[in-house]
Amino acid sequence: MGTKPLTPGRAARILAAAALLALAVMLVTPLAGPVRIDLLKAWRGEFPDAQMFFGVRWPRTLLAMLSGGALALAGVLFQALLRDPLASPFTLGVSSGASLGAVLMIVLGLHTVWGLPALWLGAALGALAVLVVVVSVAAEGRRVSSFTLLLAGVAINSIASSLIMLLHNLATVGQSFAIVHWLMGNIDPVPAPTLAGLALIVLPVSVAACATARQWNLMAVGEEWAAARGASPQRLLLGGYLAGSVLAAAVTAVTGPIGFVGLVVPHALRLRIGSDHRVLMPASFLVGGAFLALCDTAARTLLSVELPVSVVTALVGGPVFIFLLRSRRRSLWL
Amino acid sequence: MSVRYQLERVGMRFDGAAVLQDVTLEFARPELVTLIGPNGAGKSTLLNIMAGLRRGFDGRCLLDGRPVLDWRRREFARKVAFVPQTLRFDFPFTADEVVLMGRTPYAGGFFDSDEDWQAAREAMQATDTLALAGRDFRSLSGGERQRVMLAAALAQRPRALLLDEPAAFLDLHHQLMIYSLLRQLARGGLLVIAVTHDVNLAASYSDRVIALRAGRVVADATPCDALSAERIREVFGVNAEWLRRSGGGAWIAYGD
Repeated sequence: MGTKPLTPGRAARILAAAALLALAVMLVTPLAGPVRIDLLKAWRGEFPDAQMFFGVRWPRTLLAMLSGGALALAGVLFQALLRDPLASPFTLGVSSGASLGAVLMIVLGLHTVWGLPALWLGAALGALAVLVVVVSVAAEGRRVSSFTLLLAGVAINSIASSLIMLLHNLATVGQSFAIVHWLMGNIDPVPAPTLAGLALIVLPVSVAACATARQWNLMAVGEEWAAARGASPQRLLLGGYLAGSVLAAAVTAVTGPIGFVGLVVPHALRLRIGSDHRVLMPASFLVGGAFLALCDTAARTLLSVELPVSVVTALVGGPVFIFLLRSRRRSLWL
Repeated sequence: MSVRYQLERVGMRFDGAAVLQDVTLEFARPELVTLIGPNGAGKSTLLNIMAGLRRGFDGRCLLDGRPVLDWRRREFARKVAFVPQTLRFDFPFTADEVVLMGRTPYAGGFFDSDEDWQAAREAMQATDTLALAGRDFRSLSGGERQRVMLAAALAQRPRALLLDEPAAFLDLHHQLMIYSLLRQLARGGLLVIAVTHDVNLAASYSDRVIALRAGRVVADATPCDALSAERIREVFGVNAEWLRRSGGGAWIAYGD
C-alpha cells in the first residue's frame, strides 16, 4: 500500500487536486450540449450564450455537484459509523422514506402543498418520518448502537420499499410513469431558489461533518477504540447519522434516489489517498460532485434522448471502479 | 505521577449471571500488575470497567478519587490507555495512522503536531514497529497488530496502561520484549495492568499478581505467593511445580 501519513502539505495537495477537478468540471460541463456556448460571450452577458450558460446549464451542473458531493459524503459517514464498507446513503432507509413520501404525493395527485412542490415536501416528510422511527427503534434507553441502527434502518428500508410497490400497484398508468421516472433519479433543471435552498442545507452540514473528521478515523475502527481515545461514540453516532441522513434526504427530495455515487466514490478515493477522513471526507464531496456532474452531462448528451443519470453513474462508474481495483491488485484489500 | 485506582465492591452482571462480584482493589503506585484466572473469570470485564468502557456495574471504581464514568473522556484518555486484545479493521489504515490515532486526546488542530509525530515515533521504536509504518494494518500478523496497538496506547502518553492479553499472539522473542518494556514502563512511573494466561511471564515480570476465579479476587500478592503451586491448583485446577532453572531463575511447570 504505502499511503503516506497525512501532513498539511499532503492534505493541501490532495484537496487542491480535487478542487481543481471540481472547478474544471463546473466550467466545462455546461459547455456540452446540442447548442454551442461561447464562454467569453456568456461571461460578457451576450444573448443567448449568457442565458444558456447561467440560466439553464450552470444551475444543472451545480445541482449535480451539490447532489453528488452530498451523496458521497453521506456514504463516507455511513460507512464509518456502521463500519461497513458496503453501506451507502440508502442503507439506513432515509432515501426509501423520501421515495415513499414522493410516490404518495404522485398517487394522491397533489402538485403543490402550501405553495411548495408536493414531491419535495412529500420526500422531506417521508425522510423525516423514517429518521424518527429508526432512531426511536435503535435507542435502548438513552443509548444508540450502530448495530441496532443498521437493523432498524434495513427493516424500515424494506417496509418503505414494499409500500412503494403497493402504491405503484394502485396507481394509474400516468401516475405509474411518473413514479418510475422519479424512482430512477434525475438531475432535472430546478428553479434557482430550490438550488439555493439545497446549498443552504448541504454546505453547512458537510462542513460540520468534515470538521469532525479526526473523530471519524477513530469511529471507523470501533466505538470502544474511539471511547478509549477520548471521543464520545454516542454523540458521534447520533450526529453522524443525522448529518448523513439530512444530506441524503435533501438530495433525494430534489433528484430522486441516485445510486452508486455514495458507495463507489469513497472507495475509489480510499484506494488512491487512504482512509484518513480528514482528506477522505472533503475529497469525497468534491470528487463525488464532479463525478455526478460528468455523469449527468453524459446522460443528456450521449444519445438524442436523455438517459436517467443513475444508469450512467453505474455504467460509467462501474468499469472505472473495477479498473481502479485491478490496478491496486497487489494489495488484496480494498 | 502515577494514577490511583480504588475499586470498592465492584460487580457486574450480564443477563442475570454475575461475571464479577465484590471486587475491592487498590492501585496506588507505579507497578506491573498481572491479572490471571481461567476463561470467564471476569478479567477482561474488570479491565473494561477500569477503562471506563462499561456502564451499569455495581460498586465504585474511582480514578484519582473520581468515578471513572464521571471523567471527561478526553481528560481520562490522557491518564489511561486501554489496549484491546484484537482489533478488526474494515478500512485500509496504515500502521502509523493507527499509532497516530493515539494522539487524538491531545489534538488541538486538524493536523498532527510535531509533538504528535515525536510521540508516535518513540512509541513505534519502543515496540519495534517502525518498520511496519506504511503497511496496511490488515496485512499485519496478529503479533504485529498487537505491537502496533500497544504503540498507539504508548503514543497516548498515559499514566496508566491497561492491556488485555498483550502477548497472546506474540512470538517468544516479542513476548519477552513486550514484557520487559512493560516492566520498564512501570519502573518509569506508569501503572501497568495486564491480563495474561502465561503464568511464567506473570511470575518473572510482574510486581504483583491478582488471580480471579468466578468473578472474585482469590489472590492479590507477590508472584511467589499468588502463583504458588497450591494457588494454581485452586485457581485453574491444574497441578503445577516451581522448578529452578540453571541460570538461577524460577520456572513454573504445569500439567500431569
